[in-house]
Amino acid sequence: MRDRLIFTGQLLFTLTVAAFLVVPAILSISAGVTVNYFRGISSGVTLQWVFQVWDLYAGTILLSFVIAFATLAVTLLVGVPAAYALHTHGGRWSRIVEEVITLPIAIPGLAIALALILTYGGFGEFRRSWLFILTGHVIFTMPFMVRSVMAVFSTVDIKTLDEGAASLGASPVRRFLGVIVPNAVPGILAGALMVVTLSLGEFNLTWMLHTPSTKTLPIGLADSYASMRLEVASAYTLIFFVMIIPLLVAMQMFADREQGR
Amino acid sequence: MNVIGDHGASVRVETCGKTFVDGTRALEPATLDIARGETLVLLGPSGCGKTTMLRIIAGLELPDVGGKVLFDGKDMTSVPIEKRNVGMVFQSYALFPNMTVADNIGYGLKIRGVGKHERASRVAELVALTNITGLENRRITQLSGGQRQRVALARAVAIRPGILLLDEPLTALDAALRDRLRGELNRLLRALGITTIYVTHDQAEAMELGDRVVVMQKGVIAQVGTPREIYFEPNSRFVAEFIGAANIIEAPVENGQLLLPGGRQPIGGDANLTTAVAMIRPETIGIVAAGSAPLSGTIDSVSFIGDRQRMIIGGASSKIIAVDAPNTITAKAGERVGLLIAPDAVRLLPPGN
Repeated sequence: MRDRLIFTGQLLFTLTVAAFLVVPAILSISAGVTVNYFRGISSGVTLQWVFQVWDLYAGTILLSFVIAFATLAVTLLVGVPAAYALHTHGGRWSRIVEEVITLPIAIPGLAIALALILTYGGFGEFRRSWLFILTGHVIFTMPFMVRSVMAVFSTVDIKTLDEGAASLGASPVRRFLGVIVPNAVPGILAGALMVVTLSLGEFNLTWMLHTPSTKTLPIGLADSYASMRLEVASAYTLIFFVMIIPLLVAMQMFADREQGR
Repeated sequence: MNVIGDHGASVRVETCGKTFVDGTRALEPATLDIARGETLVLLGPSGCGKTTMLRIIAGLELPDVGGKVLFDGKDMTSVPIEKRNVGMVFQSYALFPNMTVADNIGYGLKIRGVGKHERASRVAELVALTNITGLENRRITQLSGGQRQRVALARAVAIRPGILLLDEPLTALDAALRDRLRGELNRLLRALGITTIYVTHDQAEAMELGDRVVVMQKGVIAQVGTPREIYFEPNSRFVAEFIGAANIIEAPVENGQLLLPGGRQPIGGDANLTTAVAMIRPETIGIVAAGSAPLSGTIDSVSFIGDRQRMIIGGASSKIIAVDAPNTITAKAGERVGLLIAPDAVRLLPPGN
């Protein structure tokens, strides 16, 4: 009896918290398919706003995905070897380097963006291309990749595995690809999930770095909130959810399967 | 193809010391020669520098400037481990969790470009040699400690190394398994005939496996010798006490006899000594009737172990004396007994520690 009460209490609490998080999202999404939000759902259900958003902002959605996966590629190619180097050869410097690459999380995105503009603003081509946003996203997401890979390294005693492979004659590159990376997969997947999610939703940095021709999904969202009917902006949110949720679920399932092996 | 055969290299370690970046001195400059096919054991308590020495030979650590490592007379000091053709067994085994047992054993062969068929037959041979038949397709996480140890050994010898390096390979196992695997390892090492360097803190392992044993203490080589030499003729108090049990007696000497509270004990050697530090192994002391030996004492306690009994004798020396007596003697605590010790069983140690 007492256990049941406790269980019910816990369930209610969990549901309340979940509702607190989910209800605004549902309201926003439902607004996106309502003919007139101020008259309520009774005004009818429509997909016209969704189509309108798609016509206007399909480009921003595409660019967001391009940037997210490009960011992932860069953080993988740079972050994983960096984590390996820090772990095996870092010594007492590894702490300091780790702190430095973690700084972008603590520094406001606006400040980083400003620094980037001050530094690279003069390179017109670069400044105008989406690669400029990519740079910002890489700086911002890199610590998540490096840290989650390093966390795995410290649990599987990667240094001894590396020495074991070396004793069997493997060159540093073969060791890295054949032994280190396969054993860091859980960390790499966790890091990848973070990087893609953060990049897709990133607003602060991107807001400062974007140009009219390089808008990402969150920028388009802000744009539509500012300049369009509320229904359009809500339809945009709906599209965002439809895009990102299957992606997150797929990556999570992939990560679970890898870990369960 | 046969993995058994003589393919060892000789090793020379020349004035190799090691100071770490934080300034700690792990190893004082030391020189060692290891013959082709020999099994050398580096023995000592933790922090004595034995693992550092092994890692220098392996190529995992660079010796301080001036140190050199030579294999078959060739200077290998700056050659990285992957080009030294050494097989290594790590304390934690360092098996690759992302590969099966067979893939682990065959990894070094794959790196060397050995074809699939030959690789499979060599892996099969090693699996049989190390008694792990049937486990080839298991994952490392599905193996017991003893099985992991065998896989690690098979993997290390698969590449036909010139030198086999083992860093406390049995330490992670429980005592019964350790004893069994020690015997197995000994037979395997003899059969392979590879030059082997074995690091351990367990003197029983060192005695059984080593052709020669290097006893180390605080980064310094204390003594090098065969197991018999270091057991019967330790050159210091540290070696005497670290290898087996030892009674260390400090006493004045008169006419070639130790003057003890329980009588006089004749010793061999220099007749002009006035004091001595003497070592007497417990099993070299005979228990006889009081009065029939020049030295006598009182039994403090008797612990029956089975194959023998350990008696603690008080009153004979300024400190208690441990005696390993045959299990047939019936003597009780409180009895007065004579201690019969042959003069050549008394080993004189240099004074100090």
